[in-house]
Amino acid sequence: MIETMDQLYLIARVAGQRVAFPSAEIDSVVEIEAITPVPRGPRHIAGLAALRSRVLTVISAEAALGLDAPPPDPATVHHAAVVTCEGHLYGVIVEEVEDVVTISGAVQPLRSGFGSGWARVALGMMEYEGEALLLLGTAALVAGPLASAA
Amino acid sequence: MDELLGEFIAETRETLGPLVGEVVAWEAAPGDRARLDAIFRFVHTVKGSCGFLDLPRLERLSHAAEGALAEVREGRRTPDGVLVSAVLAIIDRIGEMVEALDAGEAFPEGGDDALILALEPGQDHPVSTAHAHAHAPAPAAAPAPAVARAAARSIRLPVDLLDRMMGGVSDLVLARNELSRRLRDAGHAGHVDAAFERLSGCIAEMREAITRTRMQRIENLFSALPRMVRDLGHELGKPVSLLVEGEDVELDREMIEMIRDPLTHIVRNAVDHGLESAEERARAGKPATGALRVTARQAGNQILIDIADDGRGVDSDRLVAKAVAAGILTVAEAQALPEARKLSLMFEPGLSTASAVTAISGRGVGMDIVRANIERIGGVVELASRPRVGTRLTLRVPLTLTIIPALTITAGGQDFALPRAAIDEIVRVSPKGARLEHVGDATVAVIRDRRLPVLALGEVLGLGGGDGGHPSTLVVLRPSGGQPFALGVDMVHDHEELVIKPAAPAVMATGLYAGTTLPDSGRPMLLLDPGGIAAVGGVALDIGAVAAPVAEGPVEETIRTLLFRDLDGADRAVRLGMVERIEDVPGDAVRLSGGRVRLAHKGRIIPVLGRDVPTDGRKLRVLMMSDGAAELAYAIAEVTDIVHLGRDIVPTALPGPVAGVVLVDGRQVELLDPHWLFATVLDARAPAERPLCLLLDGADRWTREVLRPLVESAGYRVALEGEADPAEARVIIAGSERAAPDGLPAPVVRLREHPERHGADDRTIYRYDREGLMAALRAGTGA
Repeated sequence: MIETMDQLYLIARVAGQRVAFPSAEIDSVVEIEAITPVPRGPRHIAGLAALRSRVLTVISAEAALGLDAPPPDPATVHHAAVVTCEGHLYGVIVEEVEDVVTISGAVQPLRSGFGSGWARVALGMMEYEGEALLLLGTAALVAGPLASAA
Repeated sequence: MDELLGEFIAETRETLGPLVGEVVAWEAAPGDRARLDAIFRFVHTVKGSCGFLDLPRLERLSHAAEGALAEVREGRRTPDGVLVSAVLAIIDRIGEMVEALDAGEAFPEGGDDALILALEPGQDHPVSTAHAHAHAPAPAAAPAPAVARAAARSIRLPVDLLDRMMGGVSDLVLARNELSRRLRDAGHAGHVDAAFERLSGCIAEMREAITRTRMQRIENLFSALPRMVRDLGHELGKPVSLLVEGEDVELDREMIEMIRDPLTHIVRNAVDHGLESAEERARAGKPATGALRVTARQAGNQILIDIADDGRGVDSDRLVAKAVAAGILTVAEAQALPEARKLSLMFEPGLSTASAVTAISGRGVGMDIVRANIERIGGVVELASRPRVGTRLTLRVPLTLTIIPALTITAGGQDFALPRAAIDEIVRVSPKGARLEHVGDATVAVIRDRRLPVLALGEVLGLGGGDGGHPSTLVVLRPSGGQPFALGVDMVHDHEELVIKPAAPAVMATGLYAGTTLPDSGRPMLLLDPGGIAAVGGVALDIGAVAAPVAEGPVEETIRTLLFRDLDGADRAVRLGMVERIEDVPGDAVRLSGGRVRLAHKGRIIPVLGRDVPTDGRKLRVLMMSDGAAELAYAIAEVTDIVHLGRDIVPTALPGPVAGVVLVDGRQVELLDPHWLFATVLDARAPAERPLCLLLDGADRWTREVLRPLVESAGYRVALEGEADPAEARVIIAGSERAAPDGLPAPVVRLREHPERHGADDRTIYRYDREGLMAALRAGTGA
């Protein structure tokens, strides 16, 4: 169990689920378009996009969760949470970004009944506005479903 | 040397600040290995730099501190307050001396011994830094840094800042591009365009300048080596000759900084431990002077720096023994260790093969730091060594972070960049460029005299698109250390200088890419790794079979062609394969009969073709041609050359003796049509089959070149006046200007040059009245 008190979280929607990210892991939330695909890349790598003068590796959150979703359309505008992982810049595509909120209270361990993809990425559960939210770790999303495939 | 000294001062000053904090923190937690290592590295680096900058006092101080700290590192000594104070005192003294150096002042003599003594274990009295200072003469004890520092001629910038500037300029370029689009949409205004052009120029210039600030010739790194090696050699009594190559290789500034220390360590090690003493070399039968060679080169997407000596080589058994003694290996593990692994023990922390610790390089520090530094920038250190022959260390540093010349291409609808260093040539799939052959599943490109396996990039990348089996352009790649192959792409665009950044690990894991780049379009682009593409595409497989040189036979890209000056003075050419011999034949062997010139040659009668072949008994030079069955001779003036021609032949519109026109050194040359030549000859042997049309104005170009093919296409064989007996002719064609020859046995068709008739009884036919002309000819053939 991870104890947290009055931490900031980014509330977003991923694969139809309302989820929370620890906001300390998120550099910013940006709109990205014109994704350059990475042929033969892992499925959860949607491609590359430019963030100002830097290159962002775009992660499809759905594919990273092992969900059978079509790849993000390279031509449309997506919301992405920008995270830095081992010196590289990633943009995790989310369906919708709600807000950055303060949630106090402890992170509960994940209940059973989630798919392996969710279970791998989720750090735990927390309660917000009377609703249980999954707390997702960005590092696991960036790593993709390779671990579960091994 | 001034520059080196300046750099040393700046660097030392820069490291000193945070270091004092490290020492204090280390005192609080003596078990903190990372802090100890940081302090150790500092004094080690200072010692190393002082060695070749000829700063003996600084060197002595840092060597002493290093010695004490090494004991702590090896666990032979426990750090206490006394030691920490002593180390601090030395670090302070180093700082003061460096400031004095920078100000160009002499640092007062004395005081060093006390500081060094304080490092000795078992010192009863803690030596406070103040105490140490007290020994030094007053003026030097606390020089006021702000006053003492001289004005700097150059400034040190964090690469971060350069990166940000680079980023800013890239943004500027993107904004410029957008503005350019908007301006285009809005329609042009002269004065706005001019201003915009100026802005563009400024941005381009700025981009170039900032790009350059990040690039440095590796010369900057190598220039310190000769002096360093010379001084080391002197000190150790070893004559050393240093050969430095590849100074013009350009590296990202950051890379140069990262390589500087490792390279220094390696070179020092090579001179100190790698090379034997002159006496030892003499005993081993080697020249007294040791050879050290430092070379840099770009290979594919890496920069390789070799440091090779011809010394004694690495004693791997001794390394293993040390590793066992240090508890790194068990005896059993040591016995099972392959030779290559034994050598790599050199990179283990705390191991050194030198039996004597010297002031130059000797505590087994260095190599682990070398490896750590190189690996931190994504590089690799390779060690090759042969006992008694020498040692070679290779630093492989990735191209990423550097600016590389690249070629941008399109495949499967996506743009990619290829490192230009790996590109041999670019060839279009065309008759004169490359030909594709399909061997089973594989495609092979035939480019001049070599055959290369073809990989369609779109297919390798799983993009489909394009025409996989029939790419329009081939980029011949030679991956570093690999076999060449031809990469089929849909389109080739520009040569560009691109700033390459490492791609995310998951992208690199595909093995296909060497990095990412952000070109002016603002859309990220992937840099392809030629070696990776070859591996993924399976080129490495049956390469031997397909990469073989082109075999004899039908596979032939260029046409060996004989150039000659024809009898009419024109330059013409014929495929050499058709020519059996070139012969001079006596004039009396050539006869005109039945409208044909024939040559009596070696018991056979051979038809002679050519332009206005003289039959007046002059000696004749002929090309003897054969189609395997029939023979003919083509009369020429002289042979001029034999050349390889491409297949780029512009065919003539109508059949005739000339198949087409080719370019030879910029001149148009008519290539003879062997088919037509032989057809003419064989036809002539069976004159009954085709009626003869006699053209009376054979000297007229129009008659020869325009009329003749038309007449032939109407089913006649054609003879010019004098070539055939008029009695044989079914039809005779003559110009209207010419007086009508009398007593001709055949109907005469007369042609006029102008459309208008001359009076009602004008029976002539306008020469471009195709219908009328054909009708007259049909009457003759009975068609």
